[in-house]
Amino acid sequence: MTAATPTTYIGTRTPRKEDPKLIRGRGVFTDDVTLPGMVYVSLVRSPHAHARIRRIDAGAARKEPGVVTVITGKDAEATGVLPVFITVPGMSGSKHMPLATDKARYVGDAIAAVVADTRQAAKRAADMVTIDYEPLPVVVDATKALEPGAPILHEELGTNLVFTYPVKGGDIDKAFRDAEVTVKLHLVNQRLIPNAMEPRAVVAKFEVGELTVWSSTQIPHFVQLILAVNLGLSQNKVRVIAPEVGGGFGSKLQVYAEELLIAHLAKTLGRPVKWTEDRREGYLATIHGRDLVEDVEVAAKRDGTVLGVRIRTVANVGAYLQAFAPGIPTILHAFIIPGAYRIPAFDCEVRGAYTNTTPVDAYRGAGRPEATFAIERAMDRLADEIGMDPAELRRQNFVPPDAFPFTTISGITYDSGDYGPALDRALAMADYKSFEKRRAEAKARGTYRGIGLSSYVEICGLAPSKANSALGVGWGGYESARIRVHPTGAVQVFTGTSPHGQGHETSWAQIAADAIGVSPDDIEVRHGDTFESPGMGVGTFGSRSLAVGGIAVHNAAQKIREKVIQIGAHLLEASPADVVVEGGKVFVKGVPEKAKAFGEISMAAYLASNLPDGMEPGLEATTYYDPPNFTFPFGTHVAEVEVDPETGSVEIIRYSACDDCGRQINPMIVEGQLHGGITQGIGQALYETAVYDSNGQLLSGSMMEYHVPSAADVPPFALDHTVTLTKTNPLGVKGIGEAGTIASTPAIVNAVVDALSPLGIRHIDMPLTAEKLWQAIRKAGEARR
Amino acid sequence: MITHQFAYEAPTTIDDAVKALGRSREAKVLAGGHSLIPLMKLGLAEPELIVDIGRIAALREIKSEKGAVTVGALATHRSIADNSTIATALAALAEAAAAVGDLQVRSRGTIGGSLAHADPAADEPAPTLAFDATIGVIGPKGRRDIPAREFFKETFETALGANEIVIEIRFPARAGRTGSAYAKFPHPASGFAIVGVAAVVGLKADGTVERAAIAVTGAAAGPFRATAAERALVGTRGDASAIAAAAAKAGDGITLLSDLTASSEFRKALVIVHTRRALERAVERARG
Repeated sequence: MTAATPTTYIGTRTPRKEDPKLIRGRGVFTDDVTLPGMVYVSLVRSPHAHARIRRIDAGAARKEPGVVTVITGKDAEATGVLPVFITVPGMSGSKHMPLATDKARYVGDAIAAVVADTRQAAKRAADMVTIDYEPLPVVVDATKALEPGAPILHEELGTNLVFTYPVKGGDIDKAFRDAEVTVKLHLVNQRLIPNAMEPRAVVAKFEVGELTVWSSTQIPHFVQLILAVNLGLSQNKVRVIAPEVGGGFGSKLQVYAEELLIAHLAKTLGRPVKWTEDRREGYLATIHGRDLVEDVEVAAKRDGTVLGVRIRTVANVGAYLQAFAPGIPTILHAFIIPGAYRIPAFDCEVRGAYTNTTPVDAYRGAGRPEATFAIERAMDRLADEIGMDPAELRRQNFVPPDAFPFTTISGITYDSGDYGPALDRALAMADYKSFEKRRAEAKARGTYRGIGLSSYVEICGLAPSKANSALGVGWGGYESARIRVHPTGAVQVFTGTSPHGQGHETSWAQIAADAIGVSPDDIEVRHGDTFESPGMGVGTFGSRSLAVGGIAVHNAAQKIREKVIQIGAHLLEASPADVVVEGGKVFVKGVPEKAKAFGEISMAAYLASNLPDGMEPGLEATTYYDPPNFTFPFGTHVAEVEVDPETGSVEIIRYSACDDCGRQINPMIVEGQLHGGITQGIGQALYETAVYDSNGQLLSGSMMEYHVPSAADVPPFALDHTVTLTKTNPLGVKGIGEAGTIASTPAIVNAVVDALSPLGIRHIDMPLTAEKLWQAIRKAGEARR
Repeated sequence: MITHQFAYEAPTTIDDAVKALGRSREAKVLAGGHSLIPLMKLGLAEPELIVDIGRIAALREIKSEKGAVTVGALATHRSIADNSTIATALAALAEAAAAVGDLQVRSRGTIGGSLAHADPAADEPAPTLAFDATIGVIGPKGRRDIPAREFFKETFETALGANEIVIEIRFPARAGRTGSAYAKFPHPASGFAIVGVAAVVGLKADGTVERAAIAVTGAAAGPFRATAAERALVGTRGDASAIAAAAAKAGDGITLLSDLTASSEFRKALVIVHTRRALERAVERARG
């Protein structure tokens, strides 16, 4: 933290500036944008998971009242292919067109777009488009897709294998030779459906050579760039606006087919065009998350010292590669598997496979929950095998505090950490020591009680641009900010981040307020409009916004502060070193009664008649911040559960967490991120799973079958934190957006397995549904009879 | 998620509602809208005419007379769950109503709508069957009363005739020491019953079980009475072992549903467990 910067607002529970409008229903979302003469799009989607498209007959649909046009794959070729931003070595990339031309490769693959005067007419006409399909053999399971003779999705590639990605370090053979004990686990990290509260929507208009697109996206600048390049427009004539966005969790971290199609239609028809996704449509056509199968082996000594970890992973990428898909099971998963532990040998290989399912990409945590699940389940399995307390086993293998910066066996360098205190605090909050008493008491009542923990390390602050380049990410990982102080002293912060629930309007205002000595109430944070932005913005994903975008705001604010001090010193006839900027005033240290108001300074900057010699008029600063490293938050979560053996139901009795995300800008927002994140991770542990049948039909196709947990499903969370600053950035901040999701899933599963361990149960695949637990308990009972 | 186009009428009397229904062969009654509207949004129901009975105030009333309780068809789940007479005299009904969906659904959805829609996983059919209630309906040919046992047919099918409207559900008075309870295992996503069991138990003065009625919802194609379990309990002292022995027969002779959330095998176990739990509470309440 810059020494001269006070922290009046940083670290305070400043109420969220965005809440009054959102709570009162005054937020403007993409679907709220309605323009004169607007037409509506309904997409015709494949009901087959794999089928050749023989013929499309849109004749009847075109004759329907209100229909403007129907376009198919050939008409849409002008939009170009959908982008993939990450290339890993040896990758077999799929050609992904906005409308499929030759084959449909998953249920929901878009085949035609119907445009009509009303949404109803478009939908009705879409039902009348007749497509002659030749059904082809289907493969939905990634492991099966890699077997010889499996149906091939992309014939031109000749294989369903997308990539083979190795990450190795140390001597793994020696580790297993020296091992006194080894444990093995086969883990299924099931497919999830992101379920952002706001479905996707796109509106586009094309007027006087200028394209304006509203989209529910996390990355408006990428959408702008691709629209300009793909549609052959000059980038300055393409404006993309992400208005209020109701959640993303990675599902809006894409340039989607619909964005290209709607923009293309607006351009060719000359009328504004809108498309809004149905929830059921979203289940098929918006990316899914997770879907990995992992075989983990750990080599260790009987005293608990871990010698090595070997892991083989098969990742289901779905029918096509989406924007960031190649980086999720590889970069964001493989490198972080060693987690909080000093592990001398590591051998990981991840294979990706195409299948006839909805494409898979980043979903909250994106690779890191899978990695943490693998290592944290393995640690519990090892503890059980050697009869050691799981907390002690973790403590014994933790990277020690004096080892930072610490380069892991996978080759990444953790910035800072002190894992023991967070573990101790979480255990104390959970009353871990007296747990066995509670287990016995529950047993007397006829239920099984268990406790489980999860110690995690997250990768945040994506990403140093040089690291991006080395890893095959085709774009820099910086972020931009611009601060404009108007003559009257009104302050606007423009950020390249694109919040969709994270509260940047508040946190960025707190950061800027401390630097320039005004209140956050006097600062407006604007985002999500490429015509207003400081330039290129990267966007909001991967817990990057604060550690990259927040620092860009801080740096821009420091430039403003410097200039305010210079002007203040000039007007007060003092040395800049003696000038204080705080409380909306500028004064000489010790003489606050002779202060200049902040507005007088800004006015002077624009009147420009009395400025220091050689100073440019105006009061505005733009920065691009490229982080020198990632940041690595950490923590320990402890879950305590009871399982009803008669019904298999799980009740979460208690949940305690101690997280360390470095300096907290707004503890209330940190807690909010944790509440949502933990709940989402509980969803994966207990409820959520996208189920396909062997024909590639999505059986869990709506919220009537797919349970997204709500506040009613979770206990109150006991939260605390430690603070270990990072030296990576001047604020010492790390990031907290995904920590809850990463930590809670293994904590819950470990607790449930612990509860059932007296029955001899060692693992159950997620989600831990009532029937699965009931069956496992019954089988265990039969085996013991 | 867009409905087709339809005509809409909102009569204020029952007679006008019946007449309105007669004006179209493809007419549907709208009460709380929590069954019909989702079906329409999914394109699974496409009525030409919607007759909204929500403005017929008389249908909202809950009345009790000499121990019998008459619940108007438009009584919401919430008003039933919060009604003090029902809470004491018909605890299984109050508990079933309180177990429907969530607060918003309970505040809009109605008992008449739930029974007429006959979703096999709806909660209120179970206590309606267990209490041997009578469903009063009015149609073009006038008024008639249908015993609950004859009302429920198959999934989404009832004894309601064309253009008949459910107007009230009458729960008869219970003599002597009676207790009831509803035990439910909800679907985690939809909140509907994977299994819901309503049990009503009447005790003799000496404490032996005189009457037992057990109705199960969610488990099969329609709600059913677990008659083998009922017979097994009558004449016993209603103790834990008698209840367990009776509950073990609760799924006998019934083809149970099997789906993504619960296999028929699991449903059978849930029927037994929830029958036992409902009976235990019902007996406890009967003993006072």
